[in-house]
Amino acid sequence: MISKTVDKYLIELAEIHRFVIRFFKEVFVGPYEFKEIVRQCYEIGVKSLPLISLTGFIIGIVFTKQSRPSLADFGAQAMLPALISIAVVRALAPLVTALIAAGKVGSQIGAELGSMKVSEQIEAMEVSGINPFKFLVVSRVVATSVMIPILMLYVALVALLGAYLNIAQNEATSIVVYFTEVFDAITFRDIFSSVIKSLVFGFTIGIVGCYQGYTSSKGTEGVGRAANWAVVMSMFLIFIEELVIVQLLQFIPQ
Amino acid sequence: MKEIKDFIKYDEPVITIRELYKSFGDLHILRGVNLDLYRGENLVVLGRSGTGKSVLIKIIAGLLQADNGSVEVLGHNLINISPRDLQALRLKIGFSFQSSALYDSMTVRENLEFPLVRVNKQLRRKEINEAVIGVLEAVDLLQSIDQMPSELSGGQRKRIGIARTLILKPEIMLYDEPTAGLDPITCIEINKLINQVQDRYKTSSIIITHDLACAKSVGDRIVMLLDGSFERQGNFDEIFDTEDPRVKPFYDYNFIK
Repeated sequence: MISKTVDKYLIELAEIHRFVIRFFKEVFVGPYEFKEIVRQCYEIGVKSLPLISLTGFIIGIVFTKQSRPSLADFGAQAMLPALISIAVVRALAPLVTALIAAGKVGSQIGAELGSMKVSEQIEAMEVSGINPFKFLVVSRVVATSVMIPILMLYVALVALLGAYLNIAQNEATSIVVYFTEVFDAITFRDIFSSVIKSLVFGFTIGIVGCYQGYTSSKGTEGVGRAANWAVVMSMFLIFIEELVIVQLLQFIPQ
Repeated sequence: MKEIKDFIKYDEPVITIRELYKSFGDLHILRGVNLDLYRGENLVVLGRSGTGKSVLIKIIAGLLQADNGSVEVLGHNLINISPRDLQALRLKIGFSFQSSALYDSMTVRENLEFPLVRVNKQLRRKEINEAVIGVLEAVDLLQSIDQMPSELSGGQRKRIGIARTLILKPEIMLYDEPTAGLDPITCIEINKLINQVQDRYKTSSIIITHDLACAKSVGDRIVMLLDGSFERQGNFDEIFDTEDPRVKPFYDYNFIK
């Protein structure tokens, strides 16, 4: 029984490895499905905007509201813009964007490819001489890898605006002064690190969703499982990656 | 019985299968299958569910790999074919899926254009339109050109699935349960369409089914998959001229004896 479980786990690990290697082999070789990549960027990026805007804005307000009392104890409310800036750009924006995208985009990719798989649409592409991996997987993974960093920058901006709303209510700080203090507190390295982090998160969301969907089986039950595992697995990996990347970024000089 | 077509060339096999074996774990599905499909003929493969009929045509289309034996399609041996050659060969094979496998997110027009524009990138808009309209007329569904697959009936979906394969002008057609889940009248229409495809496009076809009315109507030759290999072949009457308990219930059930 234990041996069977271990075997299954190792086989799955080997399959994931093969899937990722195949992606890197195919992503650098033409012909490219530009139209499909643009369509996926629209699906992943533009269609996520309402949810991601609302979440980013609320996080900005709540984080500012919760941080104020701690700083007020030391009479350091003036440090709020700097604190918010560092927290949002370095940690909150990449993580929140990735987690929301994992829930919305990851499950959508898993379910879409899963249902295509069980209804033989992927095989239909294959027998028509079309490379389904390139059309379905490469285009989606490229789109998530491109769009998640862009969404992350957008979330950071919206969260900072949400934070300003709270600051404007409590302190007499103008928006120009607020943003001057925000940008004084962060460096290019902070933004660059977050973009790289989001790129890794985007790739993870795309490849996990595609793997779960593309390899799903057992009919409609398999579709549900693919969507579910796409979210669970990518969220788990995002936290692990966050931990690893934060450790690695310490070695990059300021 | 179906009349014999004069364009069938019984000295020119397009598919030759010898001693084909395929297992899934401990389940031995195909056990030494030998089969020839001749140019222009409609070959019906009969057999119970789970006997490996669909596995057989998926091996022919290169979707599954055989464990042992040789499969030669239009002169190419599938056992050691390169991915590039397999992709080129697949353009000569049309596969009509049991579920129709239409792309849900695309209209009928987009479903038909999708393989065409990828295979032939030089085509102009006018040529693409002509090809799409041509195959839709062939399956008598021109009026559905802008509909979504979800708006079509089961029979219409099958027809569009067949049209999508015809647009690439295949030499070989593989039909997986073409009449499964359809009402008797739609079954008759699909059978008629399979014969029309044979006459108009001169395709060589393998039709997987357990619908004997379909087998009788479209099959120039019938083979029966029993215990993992083809033990019986011939025309409809020859196949069922037996008391074999593995064969007789097929006939009795389909013709309500």
